[in-house]
Amino acid sequence: MLRLIQLELQKLWLNKVSRALIFVSFILPFTVLVLSSIKINFFGFFTLELGELGIFNFPIIWHITTFFASYFKFFFAIVVVSMIGNEYSNKTLKQNLIDGLSKKEFILSKFYTIVFFSLCATLLIGLATFFIGLYYSSYTEAAIIFREVEFLLAYFVKLVGFFSLCLFFGMLVKRSAFALAFLVVLYIVEWLIFWGAYEVFGNSDTAFKVKNFLPLESMYKLIDQPIQRIVMTKFPEKTEIAYDYAVHWYEIVIVLGWSALFIFLSYRLLKKRDL
Amino acid sequence: MEPILTINNLTKKFGYLTAVKDLSFTINKGNVYGILGPNGSGKSTTLGIVLNVVNKTSGEFHWFDGNTTTHNALKQVGAIIERPNFYPYMTAEQNLKLVCKIKGVEYKKITEKLEIVGLLDRKDSKFRTYSLGMKQRLAIASALLNDPEILILDEPTNGLDPQGIHQIRQIIKDIANNGTTILLASHLLDEVEKVCTHVVVLRKGEKLYSGRVDEMISSYGFFELKAEKHNDLLEELKSNPNFGKVKVEGDLITAFLNEPMSSPEFNKMMFDKNIILSHLVKRKESLEEQFLQLTDNLEINQKTV
Repeated sequence: MLRLIQLELQKLWLNKVSRALIFVSFILPFTVLVLSSIKINFFGFFTLELGELGIFNFPIIWHITTFFASYFKFFFAIVVVSMIGNEYSNKTLKQNLIDGLSKKEFILSKFYTIVFFSLCATLLIGLATFFIGLYYSSYTEAAIIFREVEFLLAYFVKLVGFFSLCLFFGMLVKRSAFALAFLVVLYIVEWLIFWGAYEVFGNSDTAFKVKNFLPLESMYKLIDQPIQRIVMTKFPEKTEIAYDYAVHWYEIVIVLGWSALFIFLSYRLLKKRDL
Repeated sequence: MEPILTINNLTKKFGYLTAVKDLSFTINKGNVYGILGPNGSGKSTTLGIVLNVVNKTSGEFHWFDGNTTTHNALKQVGAIIERPNFYPYMTAEQNLKLVCKIKGVEYKKITEKLEIVGLLDRKDSKFRTYSLGMKQRLAIASALLNDPEILILDEPTNGLDPQGIHQIRQIIKDIANNGTTILLASHLLDEVEKVCTHVVVLRKGEKLYSGRVDEMISSYGFFELKAEKHNDLLEELKSNPNFGKVKVEGDLITAFLNEPMSSPEFNKMMFDKNIILSHLVKRKESLEEQFLQLTDNLEINQKTV
């Protein structure tokens, strides 16, 4: 396993573009997080301190940081599709197989790298959130600090799921740009299915339940948007805006299921294909 | 003899097109094999199948004694197919390190192999800055990293300038002299003739011949003849059962022998018949001529059938 990760990391690390993108996908969410946590003085007119809104309080901070950090996954998504696209365009995939890598090992080396990267990203966000929370949070008892730490797990699963999807699209179309376009197509297709389900069942609740099983929506649903929750904390008397924002086990299972399927399909595709 | 690669009844279909048809042959240790055939005869497809990049339709092949998986066997094989494929953004050394990781070879081999192909002083240059000849030499260095049991080369001199071709051939000969088994696919017949001891001839995915180069066709050679009495000579040759095919190009007559016959013997025979030869050369077919004869014969046979 270590050999396969080393192999892939060498391929990525020596490539300037992917190295830059990896940096960006690690550094950018981190910078945004740190910047938003400091007091910003707008030329003496007013000061903006997001910390005062209470969004850096435990446990809600886990929810907020993982939600916003997950948007930066697109940078690494480009790396994932290009690490497949490049292997095809340089014909190095063929050479790797001839040199004695098995097709299974090839897919695994990509998958392990995805897991490795997701793990690093999760750890980094986890640590940053922990320290910013310690600094700003009004509550610092261990029980409260670690209450919603499952958002980190959801974040990790979300990354692995999304990158597995990118890997599959990369394998499917062999070209990075087209693979990214497929993500947009899938997004539209999911809404079309939602629409179809709405026509069949006649209400949007059931239609949303159907959509929750689809790849992109199931990944999005892992970490629900936290804005409503922030509003809820400000206006606790408005019960009509209350919603279910928790991370549920079945949500994780659905995404893990999709990830497994995408990796398996990528392998099948490579196995069937003549290079 | 120790078999390195055994192929049995291998078939590959691309849709309705059959690229390789019921192909069987064995590669034994220590020989230099050539796979001959015109473009599109299934050479690269056959190599692709045994190298794990093309899926077979039916049939069977195995490496060595057949007890290792294909991808593990490939770690003891060195192969270059079509063009040299490396990561353009990595240097030669970094590329070879990657191959070492895949094959499970120590890094110290890199310097040794770069030395053999004469690229040691360019090891820190990026692959994309290399000329085609250098790329091809790097590919050979890469294929040699694991001191392979067999080296497989598919059209190794394709697209190279004469100097590059000469360098690659010299490297191949040196490797062959060290006792490494080589399998060389080419449509350049003189290339195969120069380095190979055994040959497999393919045409439209079918095997026409496999065996030693010098036993490819049972032939007693041919005479190249000229005479003043051109038509008399032609008549004589056609009526003589010792001769098979007779070809005429201008005033040069080429007559193929069915039975062994020496040139003095033939000269005397013609002299007795009052035909005086102005030109007499006895030759054996070159590989190219043998190859053409083999493929021609097949075409003729097919037409008569």
